[in-house]
Amino acid sequence: MIEILEARKDQIFEKGTENSFDMSCDKVSVAGSVSQRACVFCGSRVVLYPVADALHLIHGPVGCAAYTWDIRGSLSSGPELHRLSFSTDLREEEVVYGGERKLYAALSELIGAYHPKAAFVYTTCIIGLIGDDIQAVCRKVAAEQGIDVIPVHSEGFRGTKKDGYKAACEALSRLIGTNDKAAAAPHSINILGDFNLAGETWIIKEYYKEMGVEVLSCMTGDGRVEEIRRAHKAAMNVVQCSGSMTTLALMMEKDYGIPFERVSYFGIEDTADALYKVARHFKDQAIMKNTEELVRREVNRIYPEIEKYRGDLEGKKAAIYVGGSFKAFSLVKALRHLEITTAIVGSQTGNREDYEYLEEICDTGTIIVDDTNPLELSRFMSEKKVDILIGGVKERPIAYKMGIAFCDHNHERKEALAGFEGMINFCREVHGSIMSPVWQFSPARRRRTGKEENGHENRFRTAVDN
Amino acid sequence: MKTDSGQPSTIKKQVPAFISTRNACKLCAPLGASLVFRGIEGCVPLIHGSQGCATYIRRYVISHFREPMDIASSNFSETTAIFGGADNLRIALDNLTRQYRPAAIGIASTCLSETIGDDVKSCLEQYKETKKGMEIPALIHASTPSYRGTHMEGYSEAVRATVISLAGGGPRCKRLNIIPGFLSAADLRHLKEILDDFQFSYTMLPDYSETLDGESWSAYQKLSPGGTPVSSIRSMGQSAATIQLGRDLTSPGTAASYLEDAFGVKTVTLGIPIGIGKTDLFFSALQEIAGVSMPQKHEKERGRLIDAYIDGHKYVAGRRAVVFGEVDFVTSMASFLDEIGIVPALCATGASAKKFKETVSSGLSARQKDIIIREDSDFEGMLEISRSIGVDIIIGNSKGYYLAKNLNIPLVRAGFPIHDRLGGQRILHVGYEGTQQLFDRIVNALIEHRQDKSPVSYSYM
Repeated sequence: MIEILEARKDQIFEKGTENSFDMSCDKVSVAGSVSQRACVFCGSRVVLYPVADALHLIHGPVGCAAYTWDIRGSLSSGPELHRLSFSTDLREEEVVYGGERKLYAALSELIGAYHPKAAFVYTTCIIGLIGDDIQAVCRKVAAEQGIDVIPVHSEGFRGTKKDGYKAACEALSRLIGTNDKAAAAPHSINILGDFNLAGETWIIKEYYKEMGVEVLSCMTGDGRVEEIRRAHKAAMNVVQCSGSMTTLALMMEKDYGIPFERVSYFGIEDTADALYKVARHFKDQAIMKNTEELVRREVNRIYPEIEKYRGDLEGKKAAIYVGGSFKAFSLVKALRHLEITTAIVGSQTGNREDYEYLEEICDTGTIIVDDTNPLELSRFMSEKKVDILIGGVKERPIAYKMGIAFCDHNHERKEALAGFEGMINFCREVHGSIMSPVWQFSPARRRRTGKEENGHENRFRTAVDN
Repeated sequence: MKTDSGQPSTIKKQVPAFISTRNACKLCAPLGASLVFRGIEGCVPLIHGSQGCATYIRRYVISHFREPMDIASSNFSETTAIFGGADNLRIALDNLTRQYRPAAIGIASTCLSETIGDDVKSCLEQYKETKKGMEIPALIHASTPSYRGTHMEGYSEAVRATVISLAGGGPRCKRLNIIPGFLSAADLRHLKEILDDFQFSYTMLPDYSETLDGESWSAYQKLSPGGTPVSSIRSMGQSAATIQLGRDLTSPGTAASYLEDAFGVKTVTLGIPIGIGKTDLFFSALQEIAGVSMPQKHEKERGRLIDAYIDGHKYVAGRRAVVFGEVDFVTSMASFLDEIGIVPALCATGASAKKFKETVSSGLSARQKDIIIREDSDFEGMLEISRSIGVDIIIGNSKGYYLAKNLNIPLVRAGFPIHDRLGGQRILHVGYEGTQQLFDRIVNALIEHRQDKSPVSYSYM
């Protein structure tokens, strides 16, 4: 039996078993637990990564840059500078004598060679310790090269991934409002918190175009510096992945009076809801009519497709463990369309409000977890006898070793899961894994279904008999 | 031997030197250390630093092996960075012990904990003191700041630290130690098979052939089964000899040199056995130590390999290759390419290795005159050089896809990491059998490329 650490107990909750819901969250991971979270740097890096015409220079020893080279499946319709990994690659002597000179030289040569529209300089753990004056170097290079050179304060230990999101939002806010020239349409929005994984931003942009809403910028999917500069001209911000981008939406509300709505583009309900929220905001009949038509057409189109999968999946049980809690909300709802119940749900970065909402939408008996780890996850999945886990790369082998199906809902996915189209892909992914014939050979699966084996021959024969 | 100095002057003009690293061809030290620790039975790696280090490394390693790879973190916060990581380390050790009941905990430091000057060694001494009389896991500490060396320094340091922490002396026995270096899981299994064929009794350190390439389970395991047992490591000082594969990292010493200095265990240092030349040396060493002749099975493998070389030689003759990766990997791979008639036109490593040129050159024949050998290189640099010198094929890990795509030439995937294909852990490189597989793959990659490019749909190639 896997023991739950004392310090972790108040981050785990089973609906219906305790009197009041009192989830502890928003705190640093317990030392020695194998958290699935990353660090401040990771938070900043994932948010800014898709800005395709900016230089992203990581100031520090080489590891942080090496592990984030081409890390997200964020597509660009043009430049692909974001897919290169640049590092000052600090060595021991620079750690001793300071890295400012190397940073200056690196920035200058890279801007000269790659002509970016702006540069982001990410600080890693030791930069805060060795006392490099990053601001000064960035200012100097910006003056010399004539582009914005923006420090991103993302020392890994200075908080959690969420603090990294905040640092990224601050970096973006330095670009926003720096181009006042062109006016924007009255019905214009910024998409915040979509990263164009597998082209998802493009799917969503098409919807808005059809509705008659202009998308001024997307932060940061298929992002461009120039678009970000004039993002303050938009009439509304539509925030997905609220964990990372609500900070920026609040900043823009305060500085430019732009209202925002939190949405999600995963699942039929949430996608429709997102589009309607925007339509309602503009109080424009034509937009509303277009939206109704779009939603009706798309739902009619995808429903029969989804029906095909539902029969096989009805009654299955899922575990969800993802980075942001908004994604978890949508997944719970999307799974319901397939008649799959959610037995376990959790996130790396949810806050109190998020977990309260999760508790509300989940069934009795559902386990809700914050910042879980492989051992806990394996224990809960085994207790709840789940059929599929939805998560990222690090969760995948846990499921597979337990004979449990898996759906990739991560940064590097190649299937678009957003929008109506994405729902079909999602169903196909879930169905393809749950219904695969390979599970007949899985020892864990056979144990669970009571087909214990007595040696190889027997195992093989019964496997084939199935 | 004429190498880099003999390169055409145009290359120097076209390929400027960059101060920054652009698409690094190396990883950081704690990654190497973590792999070693997962090659010890019941050992859980603990990275002493920020949470991100453990998570990034886990993700990177899992994407290659597709196996569970739990790495704990002492999880520094801002106050830890100011007041030191001793408390976090203690709590982490307690929590890990409670949850995993490990046989050992392998602690790798990071740039963060090293820069603030955390004295892990004395922390561990104190920890052991407070646990006196209680059963605690073996504690191993490797100093692995990211700013010193690459993942290979981390790997080598972790093996050394393990042996220093655990190995003891005693009556000499006929056992053999083998320190294989950074090879694939399939390589480790093949080496063990060879040693079994010689009927050696041996300790291989590390051995992640099962932990990172295991079977499907009937119930979840806290730590993947397999790995070098701690008890075997404890007796490494009694062995008759240590074979270490890889010549690159010798400072401040290796596990083998420690065993020799401390316990008089004879060291035999060899390159990674890729190619007939290097594999012959490996088998001769085994024959000499064992005092027996070559098992017939391997004699036949060697014979088939020669036969294949002859069958395939015209497809590869004079082709020019880029080979990149760790120093020892590139050294052996380049010498293998040389022996089959491919020009290792660009040999590159991301490591800062002053002796790289000399090491690689020493494994090459006098035929190789105009080749470029670069240490402290990166993928952007390699791309620029490749464009200016002209190459036909790339051999290295999956990050070389960046070169392959840009140069429109095939990549033969070898080494670590393989992030864009299934089965990277099962790529066999070593021995006659591994060489056979590499040879077939290289020849077929060139044939396939030619076939695909041809407007004629050849069905015989």
